[in-house]
Amino acid sequence: MKVDKVIAPAQSILPLQLRAVGYSVGKTRLLDGIDLTVRAGKRLVVMGPNGAGKSLLLRLCHGLIAPTSGSVSWQTQDPRPAAQAMVLQRPVVLRRSVRANLDYPLALAGYARAARDEMVQKTLARFGLIALAERPARLLSGGEQQRLALARAWALRPQVLFLDEPSAALDPSATRAIEDLIGQFSAEGITIVMTSHDLFQARRLAQDIAFLHRGRLIEHGPAAQFFDAPQTPQARDFLGGALIW
Amino acid sequence: MFSNTRAILLCAVSSLGSIVAVPAFAQDFITVASTTSTENSGLFGHILPLFSEETGIEVRVVAQGTGQALETGRRGDVDVVFVHARSAEEQFVAEGYGVARFDVMYNDFVIVGPDSDPADTRAAQNAMEAMTAIAQAGAAFASRGDDSGTHKAEQALWSAAGIVPEGAWYLETGSGMGATLNTAVQVPAYALTDRGTWLSFANRGDLTITYEGDPVLFNPYGVILVNPERHAHVKAQEGQAFIDWLVSDAGQQAIAAYQVGGNQLFFPNAQ
Amino acid sequence: MDGPFLIALGLIASGDPALTDIIALSLKVTLTAVSIGCLIGLPLGAGLALAQFPCRGAIVVAFNALMGLPPVVAGLLVYLMLSRSGPLGDLALLFTPTAMVIAQAILILPIVISLTRSVVEDLWAEYREQLRSLGAGRLRAVPTLLWDGRVSLVTGILAGFGRASAEVGAVLIVGGNIAGHTRTMTTAITLETSRGSLGLAVALGIILLLITLSLNAAAWGLAQSARGRLG
Repeated sequence: MKVDKVIAPAQSILPLQLRAVGYSVGKTRLLDGIDLTVRAGKRLVVMGPNGAGKSLLLRLCHGLIAPTSGSVSWQTQDPRPAAQAMVLQRPVVLRRSVRANLDYPLALAGYARAARDEMVQKTLARFGLIALAERPARLLSGGEQQRLALARAWALRPQVLFLDEPSAALDPSATRAIEDLIGQFSAEGITIVMTSHDLFQARRLAQDIAFLHRGRLIEHGPAAQFFDAPQTPQARDFLGGALIW
Repeated sequence: MFSNTRAILLCAVSSLGSIVAVPAFAQDFITVASTTSTENSGLFGHILPLFSEETGIEVRVVAQGTGQALETGRRGDVDVVFVHARSAEEQFVAEGYGVARFDVMYNDFVIVGPDSDPADTRAAQNAMEAMTAIAQAGAAFASRGDDSGTHKAEQALWSAAGIVPEGAWYLETGSGMGATLNTAVQVPAYALTDRGTWLSFANRGDLTITYEGDPVLFNPYGVILVNPERHAHVKAQEGQAFIDWLVSDAGQQAIAAYQVGGNQLFFPNAQ
Repeated sequence: MDGPFLIALGLIASGDPALTDIIALSLKVTLTAVSIGCLIGLPLGAGLALAQFPCRGAIVVAFNALMGLPPVVAGLLVYLMLSRSGPLGDLALLFTPTAMVIAQAILILPIVISLTRSVVEDLWAEYREQLRSLGAGRLRAVPTLLWDGRVSLVTGILAGFGRASAEVGAVLIVGGNIAGHTRTMTTAITLETSRGSLGLAVALGIILLLITLSLNAAAWGLAQSARGRLG
């Protein structure tokens, strides 16, 4: 089933609306009563202490898991639109070449061979991966693998990109490179939704902040306002470096 | 890796093709169920090329114990059976599985045992006495125990001697003649074997023939065409051609001419 | 009696056509059986790893147990199926190389299925979310997981090859050990043993071992270099 897809700006899938979203495993409520609207063109950073449910929230938005209560709906009413992608906290690169890793999701999406080759080549160039194109992806360094994971997501032409701790476990120079890429994506008009446990990174990248605490969304608003005048004691403690959970 | 995997796969698939295609290429052939003793003696290697050359019919021999060979014939899995257990063969024909039994040749059974002959079988007047001596001395005896023609001949000797063979000295190997002889060499033990297998058997160790010559040890071979009325696919014409050749002058001479180490193994006796 | 090694060397040096025929048939039968085992077993094993249905555990246990199926039993079952008095008798396959391929494939299949299931299950745990994120459903994940597990799978396929090529009980029953037609390395060894030609039997065993050894060495080298290149 190889259809020649037209690579053209489609109808916007945003905003994404979460209404009273909850997620439970057994009797444990991991997320509860989340109301959140993700608008086009912003960089939203989801913050909160460990175990607050940040990663879970992203996976719900991306459609990897379904909420046990409430609804997640896209503007297009499509249950899981193609024009969105995610980079997992520990992305799995396939045991094949860098080039094949980029080609794989495009083939799944049904693009024809010629279109795929062109897109892969463009992506390799865009992310400085041409010299590594034929190398086995598993043998790349951590920073290079993360770059590949971002490139793989970017090649899908997403309108919104979910990034779960995109620079966790990377050294400062690799982190800088990743942050530069995120800035460029945003400039290209891609909506960014990311988690970060790093306050400084959040200050550098966030336009909006969503603050989660024990599975509840307790603050959501412009970044400047969140950092200058947090509304809740939990956010104040978090920003002050106090250990909260 | 990728290209290698592909090459292996291609190679495998093409070999599958050629194997599956084998039946299509097969020219005239018949399948014969015979006994391990005949196969092991090397007789077929000598006579079958002569027959094939004369008739253009290939003979494929499946060597089994006599009991199994007759069962294979009953199931219709072969065209001809060529075995040595006269009463079982006659029953096979009487039950309608075989067309008719033809005498082809005979050899004889011999008792082999350790050269020291602990049961003193060399002094026996006849085969029954020899077997009795072994049982009374409690000397080790290796039996086929597989319902083969040789096993049946052995059982007939025990019952004629009024002996029920059992005890630590009586070893049932449940396997072919060669395997039983290999066991007998190791123990060492006495064993009843056909002379053909013994003469062509290479791993004799300390074993030697300790008793031979009693007419009751006579071991006749018969050949039977599997009844095409029972199994329509039986190649009756080709199978009968093989039987006709075996009992013809040419076949009988070929059997008589087969020797191992200067000894004639089989004696033609077609009527 | 010459030493078996001398006999083996002599046999190899002489290039005896009867021997080369036997070796060729053995390889042909076993490689074909392994290919069939893989064609069926790889997708089935992967499917078993990913599928969720009742009795799945029982099936997994059954295939694990079948790895220990005695070859003679497999041979007997195939014999009864292919015998003229059996349900598939009209195919006239008994005492042919094809019958031996079928018997060996039955022996190999549980090994390939069980190994594939365990390799794919492990990979699936690691890949599941990523593949789903990239747009691959369970069905589409099967070839991806098989390909990414290829180095581990080769090891299991070799185990299957080993079992098939070393096996004598099944091929003896269904092949009949017919000279020049269904005589393989292992049935020839059995025959020579029963003739008391122990030296020749061991010599054939040495040759069989050498063949198995070189195939394993080749596959091991391939896997090592793949591990180095693919991570």
